[in-house]
Amino acid sequence: MRLRRSCQVIVTLGFAYWRYLSSKRHCFLALRYLRDAAATRHQSDDATKMPPLIRTGLHDGRRRRIRWICLVTLTAAFSTSADADRYQRLRLGMLDAIRADYQETAVYIDKNQADPRVLAAMGRVPRHQFVPDKLQDVAYENRPLPIGHGQTISQPYIVAVMTDLLGVQSDDRVLEVGTGSGYQAAVLAELVAHMYSIEIVEPLAIQANKRLQRLGYANVAIRHGDGYYGWEQHAPFDAIIVTAAASHIPPPLIAQLKPGGRMVIPVGTRFLVQELLMVVKDSDGAVTTRQLLPVRFVPLTGGH
Amino acid sequence: MNEGPHSTVRPPLLTIVLISGAALAYEVLLMRLFSILQWHHFAYMIISLALLGYGMSGTFLCFVQKRLMQRFTPSFMINILLFGVSTAACFQVAQQISFNAEEALWDPSQLLRLFAIYVLLALPFFFVANALALSLIRFREQVSRVYAYDLVGAGLGSLSIVFLTFVLHPLPVLMFLGTVVMASVAVAAWELSMDARVKVAASALLGALVLALAVNQMDLTISPYKGLSQTLRVAGTKVVDSRSSPLGYLSVLESEQVPLRHAPGLSIKAAVEPPPQVAVFTDADNMTVITADRGERDAFAYLDEMTSALPYHLNSPGHVLILGSGGGADIQQARFHRVPRITAVELNPQLVDIMRDRYRDFANNLLDQDGVDVHISEARGFVTRSRDRYGLIQLALLDSFAASSAGLYALNESYLYTVEALQVYLRHLEPGGYLAITRWIKLPPRDTLKLFATAVEALQREGRADPDRRLLLIRGWQTSTMLIKNGPISDQEIIALKTFAADRAFDLAWYPGIAEAEVNHYNVLRQPYYYGAAMELLGSQRSAFLNNYKYDIRPTFDDRPYFFHFFKWRVFPEIMALRGRGGMPLLEIGYLVLVATLIKAVIASVVLIVLPLIYLRRQNTSIVHERVSLARVLWYFFAVGLGFLFIEIGFIQKFILLLHHPVYAVSVSLTSFLVFAGAGSAVTQRVVSAGGHGRAARYAIMGIALIAIAYTWLLGPLFAHLVALPMTLKVLVSVLLIAPLAYCMGMPFPLGLSQLSSAASHLVPWAWGVNGCASVISAVLATLCAIHFGFAVVITLAVLLYISAGVSFPRVRHTAGAAKPC
Repeated sequence: MRLRRSCQVIVTLGFAYWRYLSSKRHCFLALRYLRDAAATRHQSDDATKMPPLIRTGLHDGRRRRIRWICLVTLTAAFSTSADADRYQRLRLGMLDAIRADYQETAVYIDKNQADPRVLAAMGRVPRHQFVPDKLQDVAYENRPLPIGHGQTISQPYIVAVMTDLLGVQSDDRVLEVGTGSGYQAAVLAELVAHMYSIEIVEPLAIQANKRLQRLGYANVAIRHGDGYYGWEQHAPFDAIIVTAAASHIPPPLIAQLKPGGRMVIPVGTRFLVQELLMVVKDSDGAVTTRQLLPVRFVPLTGGH
Repeated sequence: MNEGPHSTVRPPLLTIVLISGAALAYEVLLMRLFSILQWHHFAYMIISLALLGYGMSGTFLCFVQKRLMQRFTPSFMINILLFGVSTAACFQVAQQISFNAEEALWDPSQLLRLFAIYVLLALPFFFVANALALSLIRFREQVSRVYAYDLVGAGLGSLSIVFLTFVLHPLPVLMFLGTVVMASVAVAAWELSMDARVKVAASALLGALVLALAVNQMDLTISPYKGLSQTLRVAGTKVVDSRSSPLGYLSVLESEQVPLRHAPGLSIKAAVEPPPQVAVFTDADNMTVITADRGERDAFAYLDEMTSALPYHLNSPGHVLILGSGGGADIQQARFHRVPRITAVELNPQLVDIMRDRYRDFANNLLDQDGVDVHISEARGFVTRSRDRYGLIQLALLDSFAASSAGLYALNESYLYTVEALQVYLRHLEPGGYLAITRWIKLPPRDTLKLFATAVEALQREGRADPDRRLLLIRGWQTSTMLIKNGPISDQEIIALKTFAADRAFDLAWYPGIAEAEVNHYNVLRQPYYYGAAMELLGSQRSAFLNNYKYDIRPTFDDRPYFFHFFKWRVFPEIMALRGRGGMPLLEIGYLVLVATLIKAVIASVVLIVLPLIYLRRQNTSIVHERVSLARVLWYFFAVGLGFLFIEIGFIQKFILLLHHPVYAVSVSLTSFLVFAGAGSAVTQRVVSAGGHGRAARYAIMGIALIAIAYTWLLGPLFAHLVALPMTLKVLVSVLLIAPLAYCMGMPFPLGLSQLSSAASHLVPWAWGVNGCASVISAVLATLCAIHFGFAVVITLAVLLYISAGVSFPRVRHTAGAAKPC
């Protein structure tokens, strides 16, 4: 019996440790597993009238509670710090991938390297919190991910380029049309004083709002509604990013852009950004656009 | 139930007609369904590979032929029954598998899902092919008759599916087909004189009822990334009407809370908002809008803020022809510019119905206003037949930006943007009139440049020595408009052009006398690509430029009508190296899907063809001692399978140029090919009885080669004379022209099969499978050949394939011993 008990403890701790190496989400599963296992054991003890496993003089119930408290505390302590480390490691990997992509395309977006402030901001935002549970493990891969409602979270490299192109300063006011998961808003919120975001799909707006509140982004305001007219109350904006599909650039948004401000619009499908459109308003209010390819590619070869 | 080969039972010919018709109709229907659920090119890939079910059947029967033939009637009936059930069941399961092609780049599980879809959709074809092959084996003395009925059934199927998809929505069509197949079980019970035929028939009809009820509960699971799904996420939107036809599934969407404001290509300087709109989606994508008209002209001022408004600022056309009027935006644009006479052409009658019926008041009776004349017709055919001359011909943006920029149209033939088409348009311009074509702007530039190159070629072919004096090109950030003038462009027009462009922040890309300092001001590109390309395309270095450009922007011709094909293999490695770094959109995915389909089809075919051979060896059958050469059997049936579809596809393209309408042209040609091939097959029955298969096959092949070669030369000039005839006469001429060719084409397969039946009957399923695999490869290969070399080469290859088949007709070796059946 003692042997069996020891084995159980070893297996349980081993299991918890393995989960600790995995992820926080998995830890919850591990705890659920432990709870279920304990319940099953309890039932089987009752059914076969077997003697208690360890004779400590304590009542069964109390003994179980202590056992539970120990396990949960141990596992949670391990997992929280371990998860944080793990995701931090993954985030650093993601930043390396972005830097590598920048080196390839630097000339094309008129940048020699990524703005370190943008990379630092992306290094702080827990991207895994913005994707569905089952995709948390791949959240830091340099790829777009589906987030439900037919929406996606953009590829980190594209997020970096778009944020970089906006050229924001710390006291800026920025508007986003198309909140989606809220990831882009969180990245910008790390960089600017006031971040406003409008989402047309109500469940997404609610979800993103809750998420950003939970993560402590106090400088982000999210509104459910039609982004065409911008957010007059907080206009003008130093920068605007339009991630929602639009057949044309809404004139009210151009009007709400400060002189010297920039607007960035990714053009393409939900998963693949084909080009970036940048709207630039000069200090005298004249508006021009720039079309940028987020990749190093020259359509002509040889002699041209 | 053990039925000997000489049983007096007659072949179940009516059942064969029904199931083979249903199979072809099902194939077309699946194409329709998956075009709605996914995108056209993936539908093409999925359905092409699902047809490998025919090849699978051959392989399967080779293994179990003997067992199944001992109980032919139940085997035949069960396969039909399974075909019926799987038409609905497999589709239902397949559409639930969420497959997203764009994710496949990062997520390998997408490929597994794709594979599961292939397998599921191959099952119905596998079952029907089993039933057909079992009848061919069982009634081998009448192989030609059975095959003839199979072909005629397929022909009727191809005709009836056009009718069905016009009158019913796709899911009810699925219900209908499933029911027909189940009912054909009852027919088979009678035809095969089953003892318990009443019970079997009653059960089959009951099954049909259950199936119909099940399909009635089904819904389409459309990809969440398609335009319709995306728009429906917005609160207050709903689909209020839908129409179905072979041209597409139209969904009419109203948005109560958030206006649609569809105005692609609008100038960044525009401050006006479009009036309320209703959206019409084709196949859940490709949105066009019907705009509310309350009689206020100013409400349409936004239409003057687009690149396509340019011609109205250069002169005042008295008669405008709009090709592809869609929801009517271009008609409104012409009305805004007070054009006295507008002729509009729209291909889809249901779209016109929607505008004239449900939204008549909403659109202020736009299509029936004074001075507006709407025709339901294919655009190029309409212009070809037209006796009028126009001050302006507007070729509207008919495709959606998303699909176009993702390269999804690469496989679509388009006869609107070829050199010959542009020549036709130019000949219908008044002196001083314009042809205006608006295209999406893509980065790196592709279709605008291809169009420019095509225009230069067309002008040169029309004998204009000064194409540079007749062309204008402007661009916004989203659209470009190219103008070809019937005459040299004047200085006043150039002044008007500059004013128009500057007022709207559009960039000049070409006008006669343009200077580099004038370009790339408003929508700044890294380099002035459009201006640079226009200079090159009009200069002496054109061919070097076309060669060096990383996309295929050579002019398109009727023989290679793939305007949307831009892919060059040369750049493939470069783009693949960039694929994870935002480079994927540079790939023209449509073309690669085609190549991937071919590779998969070839691999699957090799497996399906080789497996039975291994089995034959295991059965201790010495392959070298077969009474016929396996190599000959393989090549004969493979070449005949390839050749048949090569000719069919090659000539359908020719008949499109006569009949113009894409649906009618394809269905008339396809049905004629199949029905007359059936007639040809039926005739071979007599030859079969008299022996001399080889000689008959060689005569048939000679006939095919002579007629095909003659047609290659004759059809072009002949059609030029016939193009003005009424549609019914043109259909009649087409049918008569196809008849002799198809008649000969129906002979080689049954002759070969009959020869095989008498010499080595156990190889019949194998030959059937080889032919099935060849058909799948053939359809894909023919398109690839056409993209690269043109349809003339496809037909030439077909003739060569047939000749090689004639040479390799499987002769009987008289010295060999009898082989054991497998």
